[in-house]
Amino acid sequence: MKQVDARGYACPMPVIMVQKEVQASTPQELEVLVDDKCAVENVTRFGEGKGYAVQVESSGDEFRLVLKK
Amino acid sequence: MKNWFSRNWKILVTGLVIGAAAVWLTALGNPGNMGFCIACFLRDTSGALGLHGAGTVQYFRPEIVGILAGAAVAAIAAKEFKGRGGSSPALRFLLGGFVMVGALMFLGCPLRMVIRIGGGDLNALVGLVGFIAGILVGVVFLKKGFTLGRAYRQGAAEAAAFPLAYILLFVLSLAAPALFKLSTEGPGSLRAAWAAALLAGLVVGVLCQRSRMCMVGGIRNAVLFQDFGLVAGFVAVIVAVLVGNAALGKLAFGFADQPVAHTDGLWNFLGMALVGWASVLLGGCPLRQLVLAGQGDSDSAVTVLGMMAGAAFCHNFGLASSAAGPTANGKVAVIVGFVVALIISLLYTRRSNS
Repeated sequence: MKQVDARGYACPMPVIMVQKEVQASTPQELEVLVDDKCAVENVTRFGEGKGYAVQVESSGDEFRLVLKK
Repeated sequence: MKNWFSRNWKILVTGLVIGAAAVWLTALGNPGNMGFCIACFLRDTSGALGLHGAGTVQYFRPEIVGILAGAAVAAIAAKEFKGRGGSSPALRFLLGGFVMVGALMFLGCPLRMVIRIGGGDLNALVGLVGFIAGILVGVVFLKKGFTLGRAYRQGAAEAAAFPLAYILLFVLSLAAPALFKLSTEGPGSLRAAWAAALLAGLVVGVLCQRSRMCMVGGIRNAVLFQDFGLVAGFVAVIVAVLVGNAALGKLAFGFADQPVAHTDGLWNFLGMALVGWASVLLGGCPLRQLVLAGQGDSDSAVTVLGMMAGAAFCHNFGLASSAAGPTANGKVAVIVGFVVALIISLLYTRRSNS
């Protein structure tokens, strides 16, 4: 599974990083790591807008999002 | 459509409440079309602390304290209060300073710009066009891979230092007002009762923390991701202010004789263009920086300190405009700001990402 590690980046960077990956390779599945609640919301919004189902798991201060077509 | 409302109701409510609060605070005594202005109020606070000597703009504004405290409370309740920082702090300080240079050229931050539009001040529409132009320039660099670098986890003391110090200074200003400067004339002397101002700030701080309200983010996200959620908050502020001013009979459309404003279109445009560009590089407008500082982001705290220092420079070096128009020094400073923004944009755009 392709992965975008956006930990430490403030919005809008995580969404831009995901957008780049989606435009470059239109992955069926994409794993996104972030550590900010705002980034979770924005990446989820963006993913759903692009037709992905988005699952969020949190562990401590970090979040793992899985985007699936 | 129903889905859109269910996803964006928080931002709409926030926008409407900010607009209503701005009209209310103006009715209670804040300067015209300045119910809420982050740039103006940080500038007044810099003055109250004696960082600049402009006697007409010195007052420890409780609205700012309320926003910081409200954002902190909301973030703690939502378990989002976290120490974060370390993403090019000196550059953020510098950019914060130039955001203030641009804002004081135009006479208002992006929030006051929409409040001015809602009061009928057409100069602010010129500012809005400049603001959008500046954001578009910033977005070009974002698309090419611009970033000031990642932030890192910081401790609770680093998170709390700025909001706590700011709040304690405010308490001191109530307990020992003689230590602070206070305007007896000019915009700084026009003020709502402190408790009302603090309350309005608290409510706005809580709502902005929950809704991620941002004047720059709205236009940026609309352009970058075709996401019109945040920009709806921007429009909601204008609607609430328009309706409020119309109800109070204070709506006056025109360019001339608008409160705390000037009619130099070119410099209104350029001032807000600098604010837009620098704010995109910083990741958010002055209001958003304040809210993030309240929730423990020390990069944003440094940005706010940069804005306060910038305000002091603006008044100590004659950079700030007045109702009479911009100053020659201010024009030079805005151009320097564009050069600085361009250099930072170019240096921090990673070619590997493009």
